[in-house]
Amino acid sequence: MTPETATEPPLHRSLGLTDDEYSRIQEILGRAPNHAELAMYSVMWSEHCSYKSSRSHLKDLPSDGPHVLIGPGEGAGVIQVDGIAVAMRIESHNHPSFVEPVQGAATGIGGVVRDVVSMGARPMALLDSLRFGPLPGDTGADRTADRNRWLTGGVVSGISSYGNCIGVPTVGGEIKFESSYSGNPLVNVMCVGVVPVDRIMLARAPGPGNAVLLLGSTTGRDGIGGVSVLASAAFDEEAGTKRPSVQVGDPFTEKLLIEGSLSLIEKGLVVGIQDLGGAGLCCATSESAAKAGTGMTIDLDEVPLREKGMEPFEILTSESQERMLVIMKPELVQDAIDECTRLGLRASVIGEVTDSGRLTVTRGGEVVADVPAASLGDGPLYHRPYTAPTGPRVIRTPAPDPVTAPDEALLKLVASANIASKRWVWEQYDYQVMLNTVAGPGPDAAILRLPGTQTRIAVTVDGNGRYGEIDPREGARHSVAEAYRNLSTVGAEPVAVTNCMNFGNPEIPEVMWQFVEAVQGMGEACRVLETPITGGNVSFYNQTLDDAIYPTPMIGMIGIVAPGSIAPPIGFQNEEDIIVLLGRTKDELGASEYQRTILGALEGPLPELDLNAEATLGWLMRELISRDLLNSAHDCSEGGIGVALAEMAAQGRWGAQIRTEPGRDLIPWLFSETTARVVVAVGPGDLAELKDLAKGIGTPVAELGVVKGKLLSIRGMADIKTAVIKEAYEQGFPRSMGEIEE
Amino acid sequence: MRPTVGVVVFPGSNCDRDADYSFEYLGADTKFLWHLETDLDGIDVIVLPGGFAYGDYLRTGAMAAYSPVMDSVRRFAAAGKPVIGICNGFQVLCEAGLLPGALRRNSGLRFRCMPVRIRVETLESPFTSGGMWPGQVLTIPIAHFDGSYYAGDETLEELLAERRIAFRYCDAEGELTPESNPNGSRLHIAGILNPERNVLGMMPHPERAVDPAVGGTDGRLILNSLLYSLQPAET
Repeated sequence: MTPETATEPPLHRSLGLTDDEYSRIQEILGRAPNHAELAMYSVMWSEHCSYKSSRSHLKDLPSDGPHVLIGPGEGAGVIQVDGIAVAMRIESHNHPSFVEPVQGAATGIGGVVRDVVSMGARPMALLDSLRFGPLPGDTGADRTADRNRWLTGGVVSGISSYGNCIGVPTVGGEIKFESSYSGNPLVNVMCVGVVPVDRIMLARAPGPGNAVLLLGSTTGRDGIGGVSVLASAAFDEEAGTKRPSVQVGDPFTEKLLIEGSLSLIEKGLVVGIQDLGGAGLCCATSESAAKAGTGMTIDLDEVPLREKGMEPFEILTSESQERMLVIMKPELVQDAIDECTRLGLRASVIGEVTDSGRLTVTRGGEVVADVPAASLGDGPLYHRPYTAPTGPRVIRTPAPDPVTAPDEALLKLVASANIASKRWVWEQYDYQVMLNTVAGPGPDAAILRLPGTQTRIAVTVDGNGRYGEIDPREGARHSVAEAYRNLSTVGAEPVAVTNCMNFGNPEIPEVMWQFVEAVQGMGEACRVLETPITGGNVSFYNQTLDDAIYPTPMIGMIGIVAPGSIAPPIGFQNEEDIIVLLGRTKDELGASEYQRTILGALEGPLPELDLNAEATLGWLMRELISRDLLNSAHDCSEGGIGVALAEMAAQGRWGAQIRTEPGRDLIPWLFSETTARVVVAVGPGDLAELKDLAKGIGTPVAELGVVKGKLLSIRGMADIKTAVIKEAYEQGFPRSMGEIEE
Repeated sequence: MRPTVGVVVFPGSNCDRDADYSFEYLGADTKFLWHLETDLDGIDVIVLPGGFAYGDYLRTGAMAAYSPVMDSVRRFAAAGKPVIGICNGFQVLCEAGLLPGALRRNSGLRFRCMPVRIRVETLESPFTSGGMWPGQVLTIPIAHFDGSYYAGDETLEELLAERRIAFRYCDAEGELTPESNPNGSRLHIAGILNPERNVLGMMPHPERAVDPAVGGTDGRLILNSLLYSLQPAET
């Protein structure tokens, strides 16, 4: 049929809706939608907002645990630690960052921070997980290398300028470089916040008659259709033309918005609050009404606009940043407006909660949209077909210069962008503001003090796309295990997970298969390691033309540090300390950093992963640290024992004398990424106690050698001066970024 | 006497709570002063904290210098009472004309957050008179994009002649090596005093080095010296 009201069928297609979806909208409304309504459904039913391809696979994930207060489905997950509620959330801002790296990354931070604020929590830490294509000089670098460098610098600068300004410390994260991200970088931001348990807020609009307020920035034309145009479609060669769909960040207003929102909540003025993110006003109003079983009227004349002549659909779907929707009792509105005025924050009453179940939008006294509020959030659900690809994955990048000597290989790895110190990055982040950072960027995990207490939590974010490409299910399990090990290595007991699933186009069955496998692998690992999933974010369409990114689930994990446990440093501290490997090394070079950087290849098999061995090792690490037996400790993963020892020498005061296992080939022994391993250094007098504990729980122990001198001396390999390792480790990344003149 | 420290809060300040925490940690009473406040009765010390007042959108500290509270801060300083501006607060003091010179973009054109070493250059100020020796090296963190101190030659000569440079960036041995200057400040200047020596502006954050649980204790020397200077002389 041909709709009479405003629109021809092609319009819905250009807005990203299928013909079937369009028919369903007509059924819901009993008529054809007008332009504004169509735009609302288009953004709300986008993949980004509706999770239409992923929902059916996410429902079986483990989400219960003794610490979990609020699981998936809210602005952020919330756990309870010593009576304090800790909110956690990861969001992706991949596509906007590819189009405009500074603003894309900046607004990514703004969004996830508002998610946490919408729970009533004060944001206290940020972590970023970033992926780009290889930088100039790296193995696999191609014609995109200069752009990758530009993107990297831009994203770091965006995080720095926005995060520093709003006064939330960036305490950790990770950055990796793989060819698969050249056409689609990943920018995932995790935010952690705290709130008294009795002050947790939800995105609900209960109580017909209650007032609806909009706080923060004016509404402009930026970011219109961001979720449907940018986040829910793959890139083609003309990505640059999508620049107007990227929002622009205003961290000063965000700071005022944080303070204003939290102040209103603290004063008891708020009954419900939701941030305006993807799909803007349309999403915040319809979701909060639907979740409370109410309706809402919105008067667009009351929405402060940034520019003249905006159409209703533009106002409703604009993704202008730094806005928050607040529901409150009408008699308290004046108090709220007074407080906002005092803080210099804009606040306007834009509507009222009703009992109609409908979202009714007016402008100039006329109804411009009138739809069932719940229907916008109740988007289509797709069971997309998925099939496993045939044949093993083998990827070869342009052959790098052959390096065969183990010492040269080790130095090349230590200086490579994936492994070298990221000091150049994190020195641009204020990691200390708020005075809760016990350990900031650099260690295996960040450690934070919960404000006003002596309780400490540890936080990490990890992902491994290379493993995911070989086997998405195993890759996801590995990422969970890696996060678990990182927390354990600083003495924390992992208790909860949030995640961000980054994948290609789900309409391609092989990509959908990767997603399904990864979700199941993640769920299994979280079940075994007792780290329930409190929420997550799914980012599809991470591909340009035919090239999907490596399947990359990012795992954000929080652990609790036992009272009195002090994490040992990574670096070697005392000469004559005994260096011990906890765990066993197998010949497992598949998908390793050695394979990537030295051989220029990616092929399996992956290292075996025994989750029970990880759990046991985790227990052992916590016990060793709480008994203060360790003088140094470092997770042994990317780059294997060789890189772990080199980093311990680079970050410490001494070198080491290392003997290898008899009868083993040196290269696989040095660079295998066998799981469930940590390298530690103990005083000679504490070795027996360490061995007893390890034996008692069944973790293998191997004495590797002794902390000594100013050389890293490994049997069978030429000695390397610690100063040379340090130079490679510290200067490798600035060199990759072109900051050091050769 | 238990001094009361007034912590000024501009829109966009973000180290106000940290200053509050650290002065309380050291035993002082504290009070937040929203930038519209003009009544400083009962306040013994004014802190202009770090952050991004007004987003630093026009120029760092430029708009904050015109906040209503700043007229009161001027009178407070003119009465000889101590004022300390940290990081953004230093920038505000320069913009308000309470201290000479300006803070420019770091020479590396990047934000830098890191512990640095600074050398105590004079003991003649309430901020440096107690518990420090001349030439002592302190480890205090910086976190700024615009921390490169600049003033004309004449002003620098005056600062030197009047011994109004409070702190200079240095290495572990107290040497003024090029590598030890994190932002390209002229003469390695990390902090300066006004002619009356009761107003201090410094880029490093002493309030971040008070509680050993979250980084160093050298900042205590500066803040304690200040609190100690307020005690009436024993008779």
